[in-house]
Amino acid sequence: MQIARVIGDVVTTVKDENLNGIKLLVLQPLDPDGKEIGRTLVAVDAVGAGVGETVFFVRGKEASFPFHPTEVPADAGIVGIVDHWHVER
Amino acid sequence: MILARVVGTVVATRKDPRLVSNKLLVARPMDPHGKAEGNYLVAVDTVDAGVGETVLIVSGSSARMAAGMKDCPIDAAIVGIVDHVDVTQGQ
Repeated sequence: MQIARVIGDVVTTVKDENLNGIKLLVLQPLDPDGKEIGRTLVAVDAVGAGVGETVFFVRGKEASFPFHPTEVPADAGIVGIVDHWHVER
Repeated sequence: MILARVVGTVVATRKDPRLVSNKLLVARPMDPHGKAEGNYLVAVDTVDAGVGETVLIVSGSSARMAAGMKDCPIDAAIVGIVDHVDVTQGQ
């Protein structure tokens, strides 16, 4: 899993029917200092996250597991909202 | 998933039988602001997208979870046509 900041949302009308009712958010991955690192991506939201929040997300097929038994075609999914985090140096 | 713009089509006569009658499109990944980034890729279209549209692409084994793609040899599928992206932070 990786930590990221939610920086936006995506609106789609025509989509896979298993994506209906699922929120799509734009994520910017963060490094341990909270700086932006790597490319942005779109993730499905399983926890009710919102723009501006720090979250952690899972990559790969596991992104669809929170929606089981629906087979959601997703390769990235938000599975937690971070209250605070701390990295020892 | 990634955002991408559809930039072309692919026609293939010889292909895996499980790919028959699927539309293949060439897409260029882009950031939420519309700037192109990264390498072009070929994705199976499951939502009737067309050239010039902004789409949502799912990659890896999850692509096979798109409608009608079960057990197909694919690693990228277009699963949504993007109306708009709202970005309130970053860049």
